[in-house]
Amino acid sequence: MSRPLTFAQKVLERASGESGLEPGMIVDAYPDLYMSHVASWRCIRTLERMPGRTLFAPERIAMVMDHLSPAQTSKTAEHHQLCRAFAREHGIEKFWDVNAGIAHLVLMENGHVLPGQLIIGTDSHSTIYGALGAFGTGVGFSEITATWVTGKLWMKVPESLRVEVDGPLQLGVFPKDVMLSLIGRVGADGATYCSVEFHGAWAQGLSVSERATLCNLSMEMGAKNAVVPADETTVAYLAERGVAADAYDPTWPDPGATYRETIQIDGRELVPQVACPHSVDNVRPIDEVAGSALDQVFIGSCANAKYDDLAQAAAILEGRTVASGVRLVVTPGSRQILTDAVNSGIIATLLEAGALITNPGCGACAGDGGVMADGERTLSTANRNFRGRMGSYESEIFLASPATAAASAVTGRITDPREFIPASRADVEVVA
Amino acid sequence: MTADTHAAATRSRRAGGPCITFGDDVNTDVIIPGRYLVSIDPVELAAHAFEPLGEEVQRRLLSAKVVVAGRNFGCGSAREQAATALLGAGIEAVVARSFARVFFRNAINTGLVAVECPDAVAAARDGDAVSVDHGSGEVTVEGRRYEFAPYPPTLSAILDAGGLLPYLAGAEGAQR
Repeated sequence: MSRPLTFAQKVLERASGESGLEPGMIVDAYPDLYMSHVASWRCIRTLERMPGRTLFAPERIAMVMDHLSPAQTSKTAEHHQLCRAFAREHGIEKFWDVNAGIAHLVLMENGHVLPGQLIIGTDSHSTIYGALGAFGTGVGFSEITATWVTGKLWMKVPESLRVEVDGPLQLGVFPKDVMLSLIGRVGADGATYCSVEFHGAWAQGLSVSERATLCNLSMEMGAKNAVVPADETTVAYLAERGVAADAYDPTWPDPGATYRETIQIDGRELVPQVACPHSVDNVRPIDEVAGSALDQVFIGSCANAKYDDLAQAAAILEGRTVASGVRLVVTPGSRQILTDAVNSGIIATLLEAGALITNPGCGACAGDGGVMADGERTLSTANRNFRGRMGSYESEIFLASPATAAASAVTGRITDPREFIPASRADVEVVA
Repeated sequence: MTADTHAAATRSRRAGGPCITFGDDVNTDVIIPGRYLVSIDPVELAAHAFEPLGEEVQRRLLSAKVVVAGRNFGCGSAREQAATALLGAGIEAVVARSFARVFFRNAINTGLVAVECPDAVAAARDGDAVSVDHGSGEVTVEGRRYEFAPYPPTLSAILDAGGLLPYLAGAEGAQR
């Protein structure tokens, strides 16, 4: 038998047509899908400066108008207009307008992310596609433009890290807490240029939505991509979206493949975690920051605004109200998630508690609405807390799970969600 | 700087001048805040580069030619404008202990020299004369020489062309 390979080696060997790839080698790889979000207009403007160029594979181009939506300035409106016209002119079928939601979630929900694929996106959190067993990685807009016309892109073969988590987690502790703890432990560059593979019974027991949180947050330790290997959960998720198992070719790492490191996490003793300003690796157990006063709570982003995230928040907010003087902004990740949350009554629960529900999209995570004044503090379910990301350079962002966000919205202070979770309610049914 | 003089500067394989120094984990929201990404013009972007760190840092940036930084420079988003904003501010090279991977890609692909050279970073003080020769793999700090591993040929060719898109244009020309 040939030598055992990691997930990254196998995907890149297939996508480049080369064999014998080792970490550090640079290859030209042919991605299966090229995602561009609000940056699409920059790709189009760049393409216009390359006269005579044609598109290599229009069916591999996906555009989703998510970061600044709907347009609040005429300049943004012009950018959207440019993208719509381009999609029409070039027959880009994978085009979603400002009503769709966050690109990553929209592509996954619509069955366009498949196990074993190589996917590039103009967004660092493209690592999220590993939730469906794909190799997703962020690139710049010039790279997307270059791939539009050539179909290929230079890629370095990454080293791989193996992460094994022992479960189950305590009630009130979630995959977000696992990831914050991991990022705090290895640091913001702990996985730079690495492919992160999540292995073990705990990860394989997670829903696709929960896997998305793992793979999304892996970016915050510098990962090139992250993956939970495809299994029955993956197959079932895709089947529900009309994608049959014979429509894709899953890629699994070989037993005995070479990893730079194996990181073991004991999830059983883990408590809720909070990333403090102004870096994602500035992580504390919740008891060290509990009681800090808040001005705003934001439940949104590609990390934690999926259906089960909203359900966890609603379970705590049901029959309670948001603290006086605190703004609770809820931005569902996609139109599908919003629809499901309306139908199940979650949105009504959140509204009754005093939440402001915004249109699906990136919203306040990208500083698009819900920004802060000098001296204000937000606790957010997003994946980044850099200075000035949500408004004033003199404001602060804390990151935590949706349950911690909901508990904190009720008290107006950073609060351990376990204070609000009776045993009978903690195990919220996961629909996503 | 015009696109032509910029391309010429990178083709010479040597960049340099006074440096501005930063610590670890400088993120892309600090390099260019998200609210300015409605532009791709290097000069417009440069006016807001490092705005969260205050006007004094912004002034020093404009008189510098080289950014010297610690670990994980450019961590955070995939915004290519983080590299473009530095080019617009007249920065020709970034020397760091290490780079976040998307920033590194964006630097190479926009023609901004980005090299990892921890010894040079340890030696450099704010305002020191720093030069980078990505052809020979050498950084100098006030005349003292430090080596780094030269780029693989593919990356070197992109940088020599002045970025990914000029590189592609050149490759197409060569095929004709």
